[in-house]
Amino acid sequence: MNKLNETSKKTNKKPNIKAALSLATSALLGTGVLSAGVAQATEADEWQFDSAFLIYSEADRVSATEAIIAGTKTFANDEILSLKLTIDALTGASANGAVAQPNAQTFTRPSGNGQYVTPAGETPLDDTFHDTRVQLNAQWTQPLSDNITGSVGGHFSKEYDYLSLGVNGNLAYDFNKKNTTVSMGLSYFQDTFTPEGGIPKPHSSMLVGDSSSPEWDAEFAKTRIGDSDDKSTADILVGVTQVINRRMITAFNYSYSMVDGYLTDPFKVVSVLNTDGLAQDYIYESRPDSRVKQSTFMQAKYNFDDSLLNTVADVSYRYMWDDWGINSHTIDTRFTIPVGATSYIEPHIRFYQQSEADFYQPYVIDEQAPIGFVSADYRIGEMTAITVGAKYGVVLNGGNELSFRLEYYRQTPTNAGFTDPNALSGQDIYPVVEAIIAQVSYSF
Amino acid sequence: MMKANKPVFKTLSQGNTSKLNVSKFKLALLTAVTVSLSACSSLGVEPWERDLLAKKEMALTSSPIDAALDDHIYFSKEASSGGKSFGGGGCGCN
Repeated sequence: MNKLNETSKKTNKKPNIKAALSLATSALLGTGVLSAGVAQATEADEWQFDSAFLIYSEADRVSATEAIIAGTKTFANDEILSLKLTIDALTGASANGAVAQPNAQTFTRPSGNGQYVTPAGETPLDDTFHDTRVQLNAQWTQPLSDNITGSVGGHFSKEYDYLSLGVNGNLAYDFNKKNTTVSMGLSYFQDTFTPEGGIPKPHSSMLVGDSSSPEWDAEFAKTRIGDSDDKSTADILVGVTQVINRRMITAFNYSYSMVDGYLTDPFKVVSVLNTDGLAQDYIYESRPDSRVKQSTFMQAKYNFDDSLLNTVADVSYRYMWDDWGINSHTIDTRFTIPVGATSYIEPHIRFYQQSEADFYQPYVIDEQAPIGFVSADYRIGEMTAITVGAKYGVVLNGGNELSFRLEYYRQTPTNAGFTDPNALSGQDIYPVVEAIIAQVSYSF
Repeated sequence: MMKANKPVFKTLSQGNTSKLNVSKFKLALLTAVTVSLSACSSLGVEPWERDLLAKKEMALTSSPIDAALDDHIYFSKEASSGGKSFGGGGCGCN
């Protein structure tokens, strides 16, 4: 009885939301009995929650809101269970791949139901994008021996037209007084894409016209090859982390990723222009059905002393290359600067540069009938991007942390050496994309 | 010293000399390995020197939530993904 009272007193001290979440999570997992069995429950035995709400908003284009709640529980014997729920919603307009023209352009929606018109001189955007996604992740990590830690996890993600299932496993080996860790991980994803309107036939012309005519459905069906398609992704990641000294830690990773299946974007088209540069047709893009990506990643963290305000610097560099001919450089830098005893400010700068895929073309010219793969998706074209922003965090009473992040992201697609025909002079073929990222996080 | 050593070397047979060379080589190899290992182990800290490394902001991924949100944004807007962790799939956003 006494014990019960003690327990309820202890529960009352906790924030209600945390108690409720802990209870709900335990009930869902059926671990209530298990944790009750561990009567000597310590602080470390409690659930720790991290939550965040993010808004990503592009000027005149897509905006997304994303909410995450992640719970972590450390059991006796250092076993760790992590669960994460992510919900996001996407609305707005997205570039359909076609180029701006001196005239207005009419496009058929991906579903085949109805058309939209892009005014002269504007980048064609399909404004029918809206989707809601629910994602669940679970990860179990435990020591397998004094020096070896194992981890396994699962992933589930579902949106209106997309299903993704994944598993992963990881082994880490510590040596040299735990100053060196070598790790290897494998992950496998199986995705199914069921776009509204089906999978378009690569290179087929977008049907534009009267969608209420009796022949429309039959004609539209001729541009389709199925209702859904699959994609699988297998990743291997090997890494070494090394403590250099009391103030510095470094990491080196190499990863190899094989993606097989449907890698084309069913919503993207390519403008077919005449030699003057005027659009004659729009064809559905076509990408290879496999892609092998490799990357090297290195990171260093350094904790400066009083003379530099005890700042923690986090600098990383990634080089990625693939068999589509894309290579990219990413430099990411964060400085965590303590402000007073309980808060910090964290400036962030990220620089990204990529080259274009071999089959990327901003458009095709009539006489150069497309042979093989073609895509005008600027995301696999040549571009640079920069992110600048800052985060402010404060530790509240009881150790809970509240933080705010505000960032500006700017993509600058660049011309990878294409000479534009006359009608495109004065048109913005490589429009800049700007976005604001705003986030509130709370850990409790 | 030299004088005292000389007769010892002289009495060594041919076979012993090659054995000596092998053991010299082994010694050199052992020295090299030891030196490189000690160089390696000179990197790092003793367990009681982990005060700064144990801080949350010194973790390689100090904010996993931010990292997950960023990965999702850049995965859907750029041609690269992963590197630090798995690149994976997970959404129809790309």
